[in-house]
Amino acid sequence: MIAIIDYGMGNLYSVSKALERMNVEYTISNDIDVLNEASGYILPGVGSFKDAMSILNETGLAQFVKDIAESEKPLLGICLGMQLLFEQSEENGLAKGLSLLPGNVVKIPEDAGEEKLKVPHMGWNDLTIKNESPLLENLETNFAYFVHSYYVKSEEAEVILATAPYGVDVPAVVGRGNVFGTQFHPEKSSGLGLSILQNFIKMVEGEKR
Amino acid sequence: MITKRIIPCLDVKDGRVVKGIQFVGLRDAGDPVELAKYYDEEGADELVFLDISASHEGRKTMVDVVEQVAGQLAIPFTVGGGINTLEDMKKILRAGADKVSLNTAAVVNPDVITEGANFFGSQCIVVAIDAKFDETIGSWRVYTHGGRTATDWEVVAWAKEAVRRGAGEILLTSMDSDGEKNGFNNALNKAVSEAVSVPVIASGGAGNAEHFFAAFEEGKADAALAASIFHYKETSVKQVKDYLKSQGVNVR
Repeated sequence: MIAIIDYGMGNLYSVSKALERMNVEYTISNDIDVLNEASGYILPGVGSFKDAMSILNETGLAQFVKDIAESEKPLLGICLGMQLLFEQSEENGLAKGLSLLPGNVVKIPEDAGEEKLKVPHMGWNDLTIKNESPLLENLETNFAYFVHSYYVKSEEAEVILATAPYGVDVPAVVGRGNVFGTQFHPEKSSGLGLSILQNFIKMVEGEKR
Repeated sequence: MITKRIIPCLDVKDGRVVKGIQFVGLRDAGDPVELAKYYDEEGADELVFLDISASHEGRKTMVDVVEQVAGQLAIPFTVGGGINTLEDMKKILRAGADKVSLNTAAVVNPDVITEGANFFGSQCIVVAIDAKFDETIGSWRVYTHGGRTATDWEVVAWAKEAVRRGAGEILLTSMDSDGEKNGFNNALNKAVSEAVSVPVIASGGAGNAEHFFAAFEEGKADAALAASIFHYKETSVKQVKDYLKSQGVNVR
């Protein structure tokens, strides 16, 4: 079973429906006893980094997510949920993240490319795979739908599994060990997104056996 | 590289898609989910649902529509029409929409843009602007209430103000071009797109695939929206994209 960690800041509906369409058993909860029963986790998130971290810290879910990372159970952060996996973010003033992956969340520069870029980075962009990962096996297409103003800057190349070009190389898929993240919403990224979710589910099911 | 987006727009009244949808082969041409799926299969990059319900019940129904669409579709969509408060935004976004579009409410109470952006992030907040050329100011004027009410705002000034307050995207409709099918208003599109730092969706006037090309080349738009030419099958999303590809435009 996959658990969607509900800390009050996610678009839980579309990701849960995507799991339903794939006939995957899931639960949505903020109760650590219930969450403990699951064999894999999705950390969703829409909104501000700082607010999300305060809720995670207040509810004890921050420690719970750190414990997942210590276990063998796969964890997938989506959008803000991915950014939370890193060390800190400058969105609305500096805030500390979960520090499960090395790197910081910074604003996308408008002037990094040849011409001035629009921020938010919004729309379909193509992925370049940087590091092989079971999460990125057998992808149908290259395009994912991005909608974000902040991106992860990491010095450690091995945690960046795929990037999308937008002035800078925007980390699109990240991961190390059992901790993964996608900057885009896989449930909104058509064939590619659904393949990534399928791959994640396979990992979770493999873990169960 | 980021692609240029093609966005069909669907008007929804009391939970049903209305206004001239001529589709054969669908069980029910007024069903938002079926139409959304149809456009998804055609290659639409995202969708806009505009709620034109006049009643409170109709608005409540819109939340169900959003849930149904989000439950069955794997592309993003924006919902506009009758969204006035942070509570309205919460309902629509929690039901599975990716962005909300504010029009009249943003002009009447600009704080609502900031509230939405602070809570959900700018990327969720679209400000829709209805623009009409006004000779007395030698520029375009912002209209509200479905184009019925003139405001004191000049369009470029308002677009900049909306972005300053947290809008993450501008949906720009030319009232002069709308329904004429003679092409997008690219002077307007260019003026706004070059003045703001966020993406601009061109709307109003699409008649053929060349018009989309011009919206991106001359209008500097990041996305282009159309309703009737897609609904009446005068062209299709796929035809438009094939043409754009042939002209070297980066599309999905």
